[in-house]
Amino acid sequence: MSEFVLVLTIFVLAIFVGFEVITKVPPILHTPLMSGSNAISGITIIGAILSAGVQYTALTTVLGFTAMVFATINVVGGFLVTHRMLDMFKRKG
Amino acid sequence: MSVDLVNIVYLIAASLFVLGLKGLSHPRTAVRGNMLGALGMFIAVVVTLINQQIIGFEAIVGGLILGGVIGGIWAVKVPMTGMPQFVGLCNGFGGGASVLVAGAAFVEASLQAGTNAVPVQFSIATVASGMIGSVTFWGSLIAFGKLQGLVSEKAVRFPADHFLKALMLLAGLVVGVMIVMNPGVTEYYWIMIAIASMLGILLVVPVGGADMPVVVALLNSYSGTAAAATGFVLSNNVLIIAGSLVGASGFILTQIMCNAMNRSLANVMFAGVGGDTGGGEAMAGDEIYDGKVKSTTPEEVAMLLDSVRSVVFVPGYGLAVAQAQHAVRDLSNLLESKGLKVTFAIHPVAGRMPGHMNVLLAEADISYDKLKDMDEANTGFEQTDITLVIGANDVINPLARDSADTPLTGMPILDVDKSKTVVVIKRSLSPGFAGIANPLFAADNCLMLFADGKQAIQDLTAAVKDA
Repeated sequence: MSEFVLVLTIFVLAIFVGFEVITKVPPILHTPLMSGSNAISGITIIGAILSAGVQYTALTTVLGFTAMVFATINVVGGFLVTHRMLDMFKRKG
Repeated sequence: MSVDLVNIVYLIAASLFVLGLKGLSHPRTAVRGNMLGALGMFIAVVVTLINQQIIGFEAIVGGLILGGVIGGIWAVKVPMTGMPQFVGLCNGFGGGASVLVAGAAFVEASLQAGTNAVPVQFSIATVASGMIGSVTFWGSLIAFGKLQGLVSEKAVRFPADHFLKALMLLAGLVVGVMIVMNPGVTEYYWIMIAIASMLGILLVVPVGGADMPVVVALLNSYSGTAAAATGFVLSNNVLIIAGSLVGASGFILTQIMCNAMNRSLANVMFAGVGGDTGGGEAMAGDEIYDGKVKSTTPEEVAMLLDSVRSVVFVPGYGLAVAQAQHAVRDLSNLLESKGLKVTFAIHPVAGRMPGHMNVLLAEADISYDKLKDMDEANTGFEQTDITLVIGANDVINPLARDSADTPLTGMPILDVDKSKTVVVIKRSLSPGFAGIANPLFAADNCLMLFADGKQAIQDLTAAVKDA
């Protein structure tokens, strides 16, 4: 099996997992779901680390650095704000 | 560290993301779920940092510090009413990062193209990442601008705008094909990015303010898809898995939002609903309302509340605008202390993003078991003595349910008109986003309390205390 088919397999299966997991999230938590999943999409930070660190050319390093800033805002801001929100969902009485 | 070991750590990270999202299925487990997600991200970053390919840490550490400070401060400072803007802009950063990472990888591959041929699937993934990421980045900036009030909230249309969008899409795809054919020419990539950026702007500009929940959810989906495409570029499994999870999540939310308005995604994105409405509908409104609308006072409503057992609050975007969530909490607590049963009925598209109202009410310390979604709330209205509507309009318009040919027809609504008495707090009889009159306001069991949402709730609270 070529590498491409392998990653394609992972991609398709992950989509199915995503659908199964996300459909169980209740409407009350839809905003934290968006901000939390948004933070997860900041996983591009890994690609950014490689681009910024491998220093292939000056251009790729600059691109990597900028991507690093964007992705870090996404990750740090996303998880923090989700935590702030979820912390407010309390049951009283 | 061997490649296998790195990939096993990535697998653990991906599993933590799945478990984290699973935790979001209940408020009780959600905080822990989010932390699992953050832990997954942390170990993925750490294992990448000790990768031996990395020869210099200046750009990495600089980016981490700068991004961390900006993201951290922003996340702590942003008010809950500003959450739609925050999430909107965050989507954009994710998309932007994907464009840049794919670009860097492409530049690198092109320079090596003399020695190793660039595989076709690599170029295609680069094109996908660049296109989707750019649309996400610029679309999100426009969405942010609309939500923040920097760009017109109206659905801005101009002649031949659909044609222009189609042209941009086509041009982007043509350049994309050129990239796949000639992977050595990196300029093509940036030309495609420029075209896709314009497409992103053009796509969101014609969407009206109240349709933003759909746009934000859709861009959320795109940011995930862009990350997954970048995963194909780098042949990196954790990017692919995390990206697809987010892509699926955004897609489901988009569908839920569209269903909650009974409109297709194409209608939301392209029809320009919420532009300047003509005077015709306003005339129809006068006919419906003429002589039948009963205006009330806080004192009168307080008297009504004195003799009943159950109250349902229906919050809409007006609650967010008036920042009335804390005032509502005070009134709700007061009514409960008098022995009334208080719940909140929340329509899926109330507000400017999915779940917007729930977050605002949770911020005001309202217990989450009192927040009812549409289906649950609709089973209870017939047994409800008083429904208090604050700043909602289209989502309670009975025309959506009863009439055959209005812009709202078929949209599921909260059946507030079935409760014994409805009190609508609203500044005027002006129509909602859909631009049509609401016959509920003229119904026998409906009282209008014309005032600013927050002021009205505060006056009502004072009147209930005095009663």
